[in-house]
Amino acid sequence: MSRPVLTIEDFSVDYLIEPPVHAVRDVSLTLHSGEVLGLAGESGCGKSTLAYGIVRLLKPPASIVGGRVVFHDRDGGDTDWNRLGPEQLRAARWDTISMVFQGAMNSLNPVISIRDQFEDVFVTHRPRMSRRERRQRCGDLLERVGVDRNRLKSYPHELSGGMRQRVMIAMAMALEPQIMIMDEPTTALDVVVQREILREISRLRDELGFAVVFITHDLPLLLEISDRIAVMRDGAIVELGAAKELYTNPRHDYTRQLLASFPSLTGDRGSFVRGALDDRLLALDAVDVAEENP
Amino acid sequence: MTVLEARGLIKDYRGIRAVDDVSLTLEHGRTVALVGQSGSGKSTMARLLLQLERPTSGEILLDGEPVARRGKRLTLYRRTVQMVFQDPFASLNPYHDVEHHLARPIRLHNPKMSADDVHRRVLHLLERVRLTPAAHVARRRPHELSGGQRQRVAIARALAPEPGVLIADEPVSMLDVSIRLGVLNLLATLQREEDLGVLYITHDLATARHFSDDILVMYRGKIVERGPADSVILDPQHDYTKTLADAAPNPDRRLAR
Ligand SMILES: Nc1ncnc2c1ncn2[C@@H]1O[C@H](COP(=O)(O)OP(=O)(O)OP(=O)(O)O)[C@@H](O)[C@H]1O
Ligand SMILES: Nc1ncnc2c1ncn2[C@@H]1O[C@H](COP(=O)(O)OP(=O)(O)OP(=O)(O)O)[C@@H](O)[C@H]1O
Ligand SMILES: [Mg+2]
Ligand SMILES: [Mg+2]
Repeated sequence: MSRPVLTIEDFSVDYLIEPPVHAVRDVSLTLHSGEVLGLAGESGCGKSTLAYGIVRLLKPPASIVGGRVVFHDRDGGDTDWNRLGPEQLRAARWDTISMVFQGAMNSLNPVISIRDQFEDVFVTHRPRMSRRERRQRCGDLLERVGVDRNRLKSYPHELSGGMRQRVMIAMAMALEPQIMIMDEPTTALDVVVQREILREISRLRDELGFAVVFITHDLPLLLEISDRIAVMRDGAIVELGAAKELYTNPRHDYTRQLLASFPSLTGDRGSFVRGALDDRLLALDAVDVAEENP
Repeated sequence: MTVLEARGLIKDYRGIRAVDDVSLTLEHGRTVALVGQSGSGKSTMARLLLQLERPTSGEILLDGEPVARRGKRLTLYRRTVQMVFQDPFASLNPYHDVEHHLARPIRLHNPKMSADDVHRRVLHLLERVRLTPAAHVARRRPHELSGGQRQRVAIARALAPEPGVLIADEPVSMLDVSIRLGVLNLLATLQREEDLGVLYITHDLATARHFSDDILVMYRGKIVERGPADSVILDPQHDYTKTLADAAPNPDRRLAR
């Protein structure tokens, strides 16, 4: 097995509200260089909270209540992220670990051109890079995700949803980090573009040996692209294994349920009949009345 | 009994032809899926049909009449053609409760309705989208609901003015798989109950097939293939449709390697 790049040990995150939400519970994981680790699980199970916790971008009321995250660099040095100050964290964030946030396509600044927002990554982290090189790099990166470089001059509203999402992915690739955490990065993309991007990610991974944590609820997609898959439920990892093993021999009921809940493209309609309301489907997303404060 | 028709729509932006001679018809009781590549012009079509933007050329007809650009008939149009967008976070205001979101369109379209009746309509709408107990949900604010529940509020809001046509731009792509199917199944049910014409914009071929009558495939601004859902998916003719169908996730294929 290749060398570990990130070790997560007994990591726990609470939202300190009344009553507190234990969003991540005792999660332990090791990520290896060159690996794509899929993280799946139903809405609200804690995937994004874990991701934000790893890069230490949680905001109150979220609080890390236990465990640690250790980054192992190429020369064998270990960095405990808990011990870094804010400045060091900021530098490490895009440089060693980058992240594509869930819904990030809507977080581009609407009044600044794509070029200025993109170049800003280099201006901040590669201050010595020449202006010409910066321009060149931004254009190259955009083309890697299938967006024409002349779109650099556009403003966010002039791009389609999928294009904005790809801009965010390109930005996360910009500094060639050793770890990329991608939280639902392809929700706005059709499968053809999705595949082009995944191919690009795995090409970069082979070239640069970086590791990817790919978060999505799209289990069929994960099965295709991941080496290992972790399934989360209620803040804890309930199953972790090789993608193939998980598909052919899911141990946890919840994993089986996730696998079964997908309509197939060419198969019959299964239980997903139009016109007749299937209350079982909505029961999964019923409003929890008990949560209400009196 | 509404029919919305687009004839030869073209939309140009600064040197980009986003929509290139598209014609389509949305009829009550039918769902048409619009699928296609990222950037192919799907959302632009939605904005044109909603009259949020004007086409460069071509025309839009509601029940055979060219649409109005202003006045009472525009108000009527806005009431008849409703929308649901992709991002349930962005489309609801975090500072207002669910009741506020639903009461607004009800009042707008029924200015003389009493406060009690408006409230009753709100509860009724919540029940229609199965957000129960309705009185309880009405008091919640968007962040106290899951993504799927928020999207159902958005659907209830779209139904508030009793529209004839619903345009849904990627309504479930940000939702959990299990919840996604629940929301689509609900949309399909409401569509039958209300005899709505629905345009379902998506990049997901599987749900396009299972939840619509016809599929239109868009590629670089043009409709390159159209037909009954099953035949477009099971027997695609255009190269792009074939590519799209081949690229659909298929775990068996990878794991067979
Ligand atoms: N700001 C907050 N305050 C209180 N609770 C929160 C907050 N943000 C998230 N939570 C709760 O923490 C839990 C985990 O949420 P998180 O967003 O990490 O889930 P997720 O798995 O990423 O879900 P999704 O698939 O919908 O993105 C949920 O129960 C959620 O309601
Ligand atoms: N306001 C605008 N100004 C300039 N160009 C625009 C504008 N809106 C859309 N475009 C361009 O029109 C084309 C079609 O965009 P549209 O958003 O309709 O695509 P889409 O099919 O919805 O894509 P996606 O699947 O990624 O959402 C794109 O090239 C986009 O950049
Ligand atoms: Mg999340
Ligand atoms: Mg779009």
